[in-house]
Amino acid sequence: MASKVKIGNAQGFWGDNIDAPARLVAQQPDLDYLTLDYLAEVSMSIMAIQREKDPTLGYAVDFIDVIRSLAPFWKKGSKVKVVCNAGGLNPVGCARACQMALREAGCLGKRIAVVTGDDIIDNLKDAPERSYFNHMETGARLSSILPTIVTANAYLGSKSIATALRQGAEIVITGRVADPSLVVSCCIAHFGWNLGDYEKLAGATVAGHLIECGTQVTGGLYSDWLDIEDPADIGFPLVEMGSNGSFVVTKPPNTGGLVNRKTVVEQLIYEIGDPSRYLSPDVTVSLNALAVSEIGQNRVAVTNAIGSPPPDTLKVCATYRDGYRAEGTLTIFGKHAVKKAKRCGEIIIDRVRKAGYVLDKTLIECLGTGACAPSILSQEDLYETVLRVTVADVRKEAVLRFSKEVAPLVTSGPPGVTGYTSGRPKVRPVVGYWPCLIPNEEVFPSVTLLEVS
Amino acid sequence: MTGMGSIQQFEVRLGDIASARSGDKGNAVNIGVIANTIEIYRHLQEMLTSDVVDRFLKPLGGSPCKRYELPNLMILNFVIPNALGGGGSRSLRIDSQGKALGQVILEMKIPVHAKIFHAIHSVETKEALHAR
Repeated sequence: MASKVKIGNAQGFWGDNIDAPARLVAQQPDLDYLTLDYLAEVSMSIMAIQREKDPTLGYAVDFIDVIRSLAPFWKKGSKVKVVCNAGGLNPVGCARACQMALREAGCLGKRIAVVTGDDIIDNLKDAPERSYFNHMETGARLSSILPTIVTANAYLGSKSIATALRQGAEIVITGRVADPSLVVSCCIAHFGWNLGDYEKLAGATVAGHLIECGTQVTGGLYSDWLDIEDPADIGFPLVEMGSNGSFVVTKPPNTGGLVNRKTVVEQLIYEIGDPSRYLSPDVTVSLNALAVSEIGQNRVAVTNAIGSPPPDTLKVCATYRDGYRAEGTLTIFGKHAVKKAKRCGEIIIDRVRKAGYVLDKTLIECLGTGACAPSILSQEDLYETVLRVTVADVRKEAVLRFSKEVAPLVTSGPPGVTGYTSGRPKVRPVVGYWPCLIPNEEVFPSVTLLEVS
Repeated sequence: MTGMGSIQQFEVRLGDIASARSGDKGNAVNIGVIANTIEIYRHLQEMLTSDVVDRFLKPLGGSPCKRYELPNLMILNFVIPNALGGGGSRSLRIDSQGKALGQVILEMKIPVHAKIFHAIHSVETKEALHAR
């Protein structure tokens, strides 16, 4: 067994660069595992909407194109294994589509594993009064949204994926799993770690956290972003994991972006709550003694993650329907642009009200004035602003009415109103996010193997 | 202007002495502030309290801010519940996920010692010379 294992990430979210996986494999031919993370908090609901229209869907369809793009490498002898959560709400459907794509590409004999068991919506529906299912942030009772619930998935850990890899799977497709577990499972399978080796699992979890958002650790979002070289060709990250759980973050040679102490530390704290208790289904991680040091160009070593047993509950990501929303924009140029823009916004809302709809929620923003820092950093003396009016309501017809009230300002608004080219605002369903918990022993992950024949 | 008594006499942008990255967890935002040096970290530990951050970001409507310290990485991590107007999918705001709030906090003015002020000032002078 090699003393190091190389694990890359080439997809940080559903919608990331679709050429990245094939490019990473081409740039780093000795890569052992390629992880792809497709699932944000509300992705499952988007998949649910797609599955309603076509029951064979409900997964990240981009992934099938990724598989097609990787097929030529496998035919030329690449041994890279793929671990991804592209299965979404329909991991089995995703695996079948993947199987068919590989068959068409002539990659016969390839072994695909599907991990299921994360879908626990029936548990919620059967006992909505259980306090485990209360909203984690607000404490609200599940019964308040039960009629509109769409999906409920537990964040599974590494165990089933590692089992699949140990059974010889070359592509593992899951639904909802904890993002870092994509990396942790590769390490468990490769090194034969025990599931109680918490220090090692903690190191691998930090590695997974660092690369799960793809280029956010190789120069994306970096403070000195304007200084990074060749940003159009920014490299996706990989970790070289050691058998003790310490690792090096790097990127393939001759790619853009950079990996230095600062890119790593900035990503380390991304979406972290209490850094002494980072919870995953595999391990509870503390970053309190973590050491991060540059050991070469584009090479950063990370050591001393502290691990302790995981919680006895799994986090659940449930989603529910929460009415409709739309947003419309107009550009205003000229003296008093901001004042004029605000008045346009008020006219729009007023006209919707006069048409019979008092909207549940409305927001008028003037982009350019510091809309990202409302009443914190404001600059209103501008010659140009983009008016953005956003509304939400349980009634679709109310939001539809709003969508028809933006364009009339093009002829009834102030001089210098422009930028209306993208048509009426699109009315979209709102997906509510309901984080809650479920006891570990009530979730039963399982692995199914398929072969491409 | 000598000695540590001069702390109130100098002010810098937080962004001149630290970097930041922010993200969401539901309707909560986390803002990690990373000090450029350990000396600055110690100073921010004193000046950039959860109360100060709460006051600065009050218009967002979230509270109370909780601060976590990581001296080993020179990070102060601020977590503010209910700061995103409903969170990712429900918030009407342009920055519904708080991605910009790291940049927002870097515009805060921080009182500093003469030593920190002059250290930044000399770096800026060097950069200006370099640019020439």
